[in-house]
Amino acid sequence: MDKYYAAELPKSERITRLVSHLYAKMPEIESARARLITESYRSTEGKPMVMRRALAFSHILKNLPIIIRPEELIVGSTTIAPRGCQTYPEFSWEWLQAEFDTVETREADPFYISEQTKQELREVNPYWKGKTSSELADAYMTPETHKAIEHNIFTTGNYYYNGIGHYTCQYDKVLNIGLRGIMNEAASELAGMRPGDGNYARKATMLQAVIISCQAVIDYAKRYSELAAAEAQKEQNPARRAELLTISANCANVPGNPAGSFWEACQSMWFIQQVLQIESSGHSISPGRFDQYMYPFFKKDLEAQRITREFGQELIDCIWVKLNDLNKCRDAASAKGFAGYSLFQNLIVGGQTEEGMDATNDISFMCITASKHVFLPMPSLSIRVWNGSPHDLLIHAASLTRTGIGLPAYYNDEAIIPAMMDRGCSLREARNYSIIGCVEPQVPGKTDGWHDAAFFNMCRPLELVFSSGMDLGEQISVRTKDVEEMTSYEEFFEAYQQQMNYMIELLVNSDNSIDAAHAQLTPNPFESCLIDDCMKRGLCLEEGGAHYNFTGPQGFGIANVGNALYAVKKLVFDEHKVSMKEMKKALKFNFAQGLDAAGATALATETIRQMEAEGRRVTDSEVPAVVASIMQAQLPEAEKQRMVEIWEMIKALPKFGNDEAEVDEFAREAAYCYSRPIEKYRNPRGGQYQAGMYPVSANVPLGAQTGATPDGRLAHTPVADGVSPYVGTDVNGPTAACNSVAKLDHMINSNGTLFNMKFHPSALTGEKGLDNFVSMIRGFFDQKGFHMQFNVVDRNTLLDAQKHPENYRHLVVRVAGYSALFTTLSRSLQDDIISRTEQTTTE
Amino acid sequence: MADNYLQTKGRIFDIQRYSIHDGNGIRTIVFLKGCFLRCRWCCNPESQRYDIETMIVQGKEKVIGRDVTVQEVMETVLKDRPYYRRTGGGLTLSGGEMLFQWEFARDLLRAAREAGITTAVESTAFSDYSHIEELLPYLDQYLMDIKHIDSAKHKEFTGVPNEKILENARKISGSGLTEYSVRVPTIPGFNDTPEEIRAIARFAEQLPSVKRIHLLPYHRLGQDKYDGLGRKYTLEGIAPPPAAKMQMRKKAAESVTRIEVVIGG
Repeated sequence: MDKYYAAELPKSERITRLVSHLYAKMPEIESARARLITESYRSTEGKPMVMRRALAFSHILKNLPIIIRPEELIVGSTTIAPRGCQTYPEFSWEWLQAEFDTVETREADPFYISEQTKQELREVNPYWKGKTSSELADAYMTPETHKAIEHNIFTTGNYYYNGIGHYTCQYDKVLNIGLRGIMNEAASELAGMRPGDGNYARKATMLQAVIISCQAVIDYAKRYSELAAAEAQKEQNPARRAELLTISANCANVPGNPAGSFWEACQSMWFIQQVLQIESSGHSISPGRFDQYMYPFFKKDLEAQRITREFGQELIDCIWVKLNDLNKCRDAASAKGFAGYSLFQNLIVGGQTEEGMDATNDISFMCITASKHVFLPMPSLSIRVWNGSPHDLLIHAASLTRTGIGLPAYYNDEAIIPAMMDRGCSLREARNYSIIGCVEPQVPGKTDGWHDAAFFNMCRPLELVFSSGMDLGEQISVRTKDVEEMTSYEEFFEAYQQQMNYMIELLVNSDNSIDAAHAQLTPNPFESCLIDDCMKRGLCLEEGGAHYNFTGPQGFGIANVGNALYAVKKLVFDEHKVSMKEMKKALKFNFAQGLDAAGATALATETIRQMEAEGRRVTDSEVPAVVASIMQAQLPEAEKQRMVEIWEMIKALPKFGNDEAEVDEFAREAAYCYSRPIEKYRNPRGGQYQAGMYPVSANVPLGAQTGATPDGRLAHTPVADGVSPYVGTDVNGPTAACNSVAKLDHMINSNGTLFNMKFHPSALTGEKGLDNFVSMIRGFFDQKGFHMQFNVVDRNTLLDAQKHPENYRHLVVRVAGYSALFTTLSRSLQDDIISRTEQTTTE
Repeated sequence: MADNYLQTKGRIFDIQRYSIHDGNGIRTIVFLKGCFLRCRWCCNPESQRYDIETMIVQGKEKVIGRDVTVQEVMETVLKDRPYYRRTGGGLTLSGGEMLFQWEFARDLLRAAREAGITTAVESTAFSDYSHIEELLPYLDQYLMDIKHIDSAKHKEFTGVPNEKILENARKISGSGLTEYSVRVPTIPGFNDTPEEIRAIARFAEQLPSVKRIHLLPYHRLGQDKYDGLGRKYTLEGIAPPPAAKMQMRKKAAESVTRIEVVIGG
């Protein structure tokens, strides 16, 4: 007999209807949670914070309106409106109030908000003034850090505005012993304590908070059980009535008790997934190794002939739909960086068991099929590839890739497992890794990875080299030597490292300030009881309770910096074709390719600061005139020509991504400029910093704040995403791009690297196309590549979708570590996706 | 000389990696410059002349052709070894006609064989068999064009008669040294009537050993290059055949042979 059932199961019609119900309307902001948490906080002032959090969680779950959507088999919705979102004022709220009138019409991730909701939020929000984690974080940061953020060197907005999330909890434990089992563990831990223990105060309170939180979730499920029973009574259709009665029985049993059937296991898993996202607004709460913890329940039902494969598939499909029902409204700037309404719930299949055996099972195949059936961005489906991965699993995965949905993402066990062991995990733990959010590996159920800690734009310190640390007329970084006085490339590179190191330290200061604020104000007891060693230590995740604690801020722009360093060395220092003075001026004037408003404003600001420094007062009314004069200022024709000439020389140089050893080496060194200094730092939870190399979608908005760079990239255009070559510069085909990317040191970037490729559908036609595609992935992974993801869509389709978005509402594309509906992305991000080099095959 | 084969020089005009539709697995195609034929539909007109020439590509002048050694070519070819290892892929020689520079071709194939990767050629075999014979020991797959059975019509559209080609087809497929397949570019107005396709298939059926017959649909992707070279494209106005028509051609071929017939490379 085969080890697993690999055939593709059919899609039930219910799934089509569930999806169209979900997408009938624009997502909506609701106020219930904000109102309830404020009520609770008002009544618990003075109590220990962790207890206040538990009581608030309990109060919310007791009173949050509930709903069973038409035809659902798996129930539990955070909002009445499909794909709606609640708000989380304990982290931040002022941005939302300021955006009340624009949030519905903004370009990235708009949300509907009713006048009544606005009114309700206006009533409760003021309570939070001075009480939020973001305000406390601000208070902790140094003035230099604030300055660096103001000047867009990096952004730590993710955890500044929101909860942390970014973990995979012990779903398996809830399925197997139920929340009551966990409450028993907490109770016996409590019973084992003496009032005189040094950690009694905090630990006993934490454990009591856990018990309250678990009971709150059990009671919440019970509300659904009662609602389902009531709806069953009213239901005319006998088939649906029977379903509702089973739903009612399921919700009465789980997640309090161990799951007794596959359906109950699905329901139990879903409740956990859902309520974790009511407890805090952290995203990337990732279901992890779903095929591993769900399979035993499926197998048992199958063997007892209590379930058909088709129904099992339908239940999994239902969870997939529900994963898209959850939503989150971010501030306008963050929405651009995380575009596509994504919650980054990463779910991974395949790979190895802790013992190093292949882990593929029936559910691994069913998960891939579910993404074909539901065809929505969530979950962020991932697949673990190792030397022993079965070919038919990879072919099934590639057949999903071929649909153009941008899923799954492929991960390489052979690189990730050693990288994790280097961070202190045991072999067994590392073999059990799962992925969080975009690309971040961790040991599930044991880790607080703080994986998405910042976006660090590696091009900005390069700009600071040319200005000796000045930006917009202000000294914001170290005053490195004037580039025009540099006599060797080594001096230049040294200055870049100095600028990097200075800014990296400020980044750490920012992250650690936010980290400390969360520990103090927003510990979350429910998530903490599902992650080791929180209960043993009596500390929540935010307080350092997890077994493994990391902080993983991500750098991006490697390709630009690598190409830029190479260009400077070649043209300025080796071949003396361009003087540093000329290079500096060409960058300032965007290689004479025209200044946009942002570029002119930057120059104007600089000019004005200079005028002020010389003692001249510039009034506000004079500023537009200065901007206008700069925009119209005609450079002498000869100078313009020279700039274009320099630009052409740069463009003609070899670029990262073409399998040319010399320039690829510069990209490798550029990446080290970020990843090596980072790992020296520690966070307040006692853990280590580890670098990631992925931009989510921030390479577009942060690129818009970056001037021209010596790699020929024009001002305010996107910088390179992840570890991918810079758009349009990899021209030797996919294997050459793969080989270049594989030359980077992926394993030091243990917070994940992201390699984006775009394929034309013709490259994946037929069995042969899929075979070769899978082999290309394996060939990249043989060289210790880390991750790969693909957009398979032809350019014309995307261009047409820009013109006629109404025809493409379900067109899913891969953005960066996740997929999103193309038409929901901002125009500039759409353009960026279109311009990524499309890899085709030769005819 | 034999020991210096890595230094043999030749003239190429392109190297394309990740080719997955010609031969087995993921392959790198090296395009050699110079051809004996002048097929009117040729999608690589810049390949035909041996001389280095200039072509206008997207408004810019591009020099077509460069002289390289076997060793230099192999440096690029071997960069994709991880992918060959996974797929049984390797080096494919195309053109032009690789036999136009048969010594260079032979030494490239030999170098690939020495490096442990598979070899294939796309060729029309219009050459002395003594040259072809020298290549065969290093060759895994011979993908050979047979464009028409009627010699006069062959000459009208390609510039050369076909007797030598058909004779070499018998010899290569009978050599037992390489896997031999027939490729037929199906060109509307030249060779795409059912009768013409059947005639080629019948000929293939009589050869000692044929792995597959490939029917390659006509395409116009090379048309712009004629303008770029200042030459006239004489097949103007011919449209690529619809899929249904290709299926009919396939059925026509299958009616007279037991050899597997496929559409495309």
